[in-house]
Amino acid sequence: MAESILGEPTLARALPEAAPTKYRSVPETAIGVALVAGLCLLLLLVIALPLGALLIKSLEAPDGGMAGLSNFRTYFATPTLVDALLNSLTVAGSVVGIVVPLAFGYAYALTRTAMPFKGLFLALALLPLFAPSLLSGIALTYILGNQGFLRGLLFGRSVYGPIGITLAECLYAFPHALIILVTALGLSDGRLYEAAAAMGTRRWRTFLTVTLPGARYGLVSAAFVVFTLVVTDFGIPKVIGGQYAVLATDAYRQVVGQQNFPMGAVVGLLMLVPAVLAFVVDRLIQRRQSSLLSARSVPYEPKAHPVRDPLALAYAVLVAGVIAGTYGVAVWASFIRYWPYNLGLTLDHYDFAAADADGWSPYWNSLAMALSVAAIGTAVVFCGAYLIEKLRLFPAGRAFAQLLAMLPLAVPGLVLGLGYVFFFNAPWNPLNVLYGSLALLVINTLAHYYTVAHVTATTALKQIDPEFEAVSASLKVPFWQTFRRVSLPICLPTVLELFVYLFVNAMTTVSAVIFLYGPSTKLAAIAIVHMDEAGTTAAAAAMASVIMATALGARLALALVNRFVVARAQGWRRREAIA
Amino acid sequence: MTPGDATPFLRVSGLSKRYGAFTALDGIDLEIARGEFVCFLGPSGCGKTTLLRLIAGLDRQDAGRIAIGSTDVSRAPPAARDFGIVFQSYALFPNLTVAANVAYGLVNRRMPRARVAARVADLLALVGLPEQGTKYPVQLSGGQQQRVALARALATSPSLLLLDEPLSALDAKVRTRLRDEIRQLQKRLGITTIMVTHDQEEALAMADRVVVMNRGTIEQVGTPAEIYRNPATAFVADFIGAMTFLDARVGSARQIRVGAVDLVCEEGRGFIPGSPVRLGFRPEEIRVGNVRPTDVNAFQVRVRSLEFLGAFTRARLEPSLDLGGSLVADVSANLHGDLALTEGQYLYVSLPPAALRAFPVAAHP
Repeated sequence: MAESILGEPTLARALPEAAPTKYRSVPETAIGVALVAGLCLLLLLVIALPLGALLIKSLEAPDGGMAGLSNFRTYFATPTLVDALLNSLTVAGSVVGIVVPLAFGYAYALTRTAMPFKGLFLALALLPLFAPSLLSGIALTYILGNQGFLRGLLFGRSVYGPIGITLAECLYAFPHALIILVTALGLSDGRLYEAAAAMGTRRWRTFLTVTLPGARYGLVSAAFVVFTLVVTDFGIPKVIGGQYAVLATDAYRQVVGQQNFPMGAVVGLLMLVPAVLAFVVDRLIQRRQSSLLSARSVPYEPKAHPVRDPLALAYAVLVAGVIAGTYGVAVWASFIRYWPYNLGLTLDHYDFAAADADGWSPYWNSLAMALSVAAIGTAVVFCGAYLIEKLRLFPAGRAFAQLLAMLPLAVPGLVLGLGYVFFFNAPWNPLNVLYGSLALLVINTLAHYYTVAHVTATTALKQIDPEFEAVSASLKVPFWQTFRRVSLPICLPTVLELFVYLFVNAMTTVSAVIFLYGPSTKLAAIAIVHMDEAGTTAAAAAMASVIMATALGARLALALVNRFVVARAQGWRRREAIA
Repeated sequence: MTPGDATPFLRVSGLSKRYGAFTALDGIDLEIARGEFVCFLGPSGCGKTTLLRLIAGLDRQDAGRIAIGSTDVSRAPPAARDFGIVFQSYALFPNLTVAANVAYGLVNRRMPRARVAARVADLLALVGLPEQGTKYPVQLSGGQQQRVALARALATSPSLLLLDEPLSALDAKVRTRLRDEIRQLQKRLGITTIMVTHDQEEALAMADRVVVMNRGTIEQVGTPAEIYRNPATAFVADFIGAMTFLDARVGSARQIRVGAVDLVCEEGRGFIPGSPVRLGFRPEEIRVGNVRPTDVNAFQVRVRSLEFLGAFTRARLEPSLDLGGSLVADVSANLHGDLALTEGQYLYVSLPPAALRAFPVAAHP
């Protein structure tokens, strides 16, 4: 090799081209600072200011003057309001108590046993993520409601109330807990098990001393996430809650029903408490979790076991059967002529115009909204994450943007929606022209789901060599070219993942947008609420089925695109030579 | 040693950088001449990479100035400083072909496509990778990837080449070969080069001058021979090669007392009459073979242990008279064969006066 250098005839040609280009880094720095400042401004506008408006509104008297904490005093002095708070806490506590152990068992079966069809069982358990939360409520009315075929199981009690809410929330929250626990149980050091086995430790003691402590943080995190989800969910109590008031329905009643905005703000802030608590606990846990696994850990590989594996399979079949069965009943019921008297099949309920004057238009609104959120959101989130993660200028601005990007995780959709009402509907705000428009629904939904998307994008960007930007700077290539030519192509799978994540959530969300839609921008998930209220439950189930089919279709399309398009376009990931 | 004109190519003065409570660099002054190959050498955390990144403009100093030629670039962004850089991680763009990587800095210069292609071909030939332009980085070995990174850094004909531990991720054999190639290439192109390394052998083999750093300060700047033969501090003496230290007291001008033994030393070299010092000498400078008891600075030792290291054997020697510590001597394989050393054996060794150096007592390495 050394000869090739010494005897290099082209060297003379190689050197003199020191063509100095014109010095263009001043605009590069200026553009970088301007972009970061723009990102800060945008996040401030769509996240921080609405929350600020909510906080201020809670301190306002109904006539507009400042009332201090008197709204809070009124709240706690009103028995019906306090009842709703206690009801919420009761339901959320019960759901945590039911779902977390069930999900732990399911996650254990998926990660620590050698049972077959793990992929299928994971997919079935994640099904609720693709439907609006209230679909589980609708399904339960078919199964356990006044006409339900299993209502005997309730021994005369009504499903409309705490029983129905709790069961429906369990179904809805299950996949959220499962994802956390699968991750927690998946991150385990196989060496610990080998060490325990080498010392002759019994299985049960190994479970208590190795498995459970390893998953401890995941269990706490799952409990908080489930609690927050249940406290802030609006769809299920609306559909199956009956007269049983909870915080989420109270907030809606105060704002939409009684136009008592300050009291609505107070309820919103109360819902913020468990969410913020969950957020803080999760941060603390993540800081400690990192020390749990070292680089030298080896993943645990379960070996076949003649008793444990069939038991795990039976359990998984049972749980997945309940989940898939419940959602299946809702879909089936949407094709039934007249439940339960005429079980003939029909497509009549999909003629939404018969149930709701808006017909199919809410669905098209939802589709337009979800596509916009996915397209705009993917661009904003990914570019924003790039600016925060990769630029080396304006550190204060980047830190501030990072803080704002993490904020929505601690803010339930219903609370953010309330904040939007107070901020974007205020007479003094020139942006109030947006109120009721599809644009505001897009902005709100994007803000609602910003954090998870942002963290996903940041994680992908962190895996890229941090020196790429340094190399580019040394070659006098501005950062946006490196972004376009290198970072974006490398992160293409993540970008597609972001798109589908935002699309699915925008299709299924109810809580944030229930306050914000206008006469011409009603969304499909809201139409379900209205049709259910009007008693056309079959049409509601049909609409929910259409949403679920759309969301599942998007996920399936992603899998196909990844399988065929991305894999082919990204040959550089493979080691073998490409002709 | 420094060729060219009187004004240095790069001048760094009073450069300081802190990270919170940690002082990464503390008042660094340094001048580098045009065409020089300089190594920043030191243990991890000594500030060598920080200094490189400040020179590149990738990080911003808290205090001090950096000038390239007569231009002050202290506050200029990296793109205004005209350098090429190679990292330990190669930092090749994985989704671009080798040719596209090398052409990366050329494409946005409005250069005709044919000229870009010709220059890329030249550069790939220059680093010994002709005909490899259509491959992707993942298909190349580590050494090949580092050559591509080098070609990319040289593509825009920068006036300064920065190498941040470029060889540390490579196998020992590849490392030695690429070390020679980089040095040859640098001489051919005459490009001013700064390389950061923690490997003293690499620094001694490649550099015109070595900057030895420790705890954010410069310990010594000199040619490889200078810093090896005349280490300015005990730290340098210990970091470059190995050195045995013994507590001693200087008597008269050419006499030093170590434990119960009087040794003859040379004047100067830090021996201030009447003061306590730390006496240092290198393992290979102890004479082991053919020493008579009457030779200068000769004394009897017992071989406590022998450590076979291939080309030489490292012997730990216990002096029969108290010297305040044991000695380490390196015996070449040939000599070892002739002497047939065994553990427990008694023999005479001597310390030539020219091998003895004194360091201040406070400066423990």
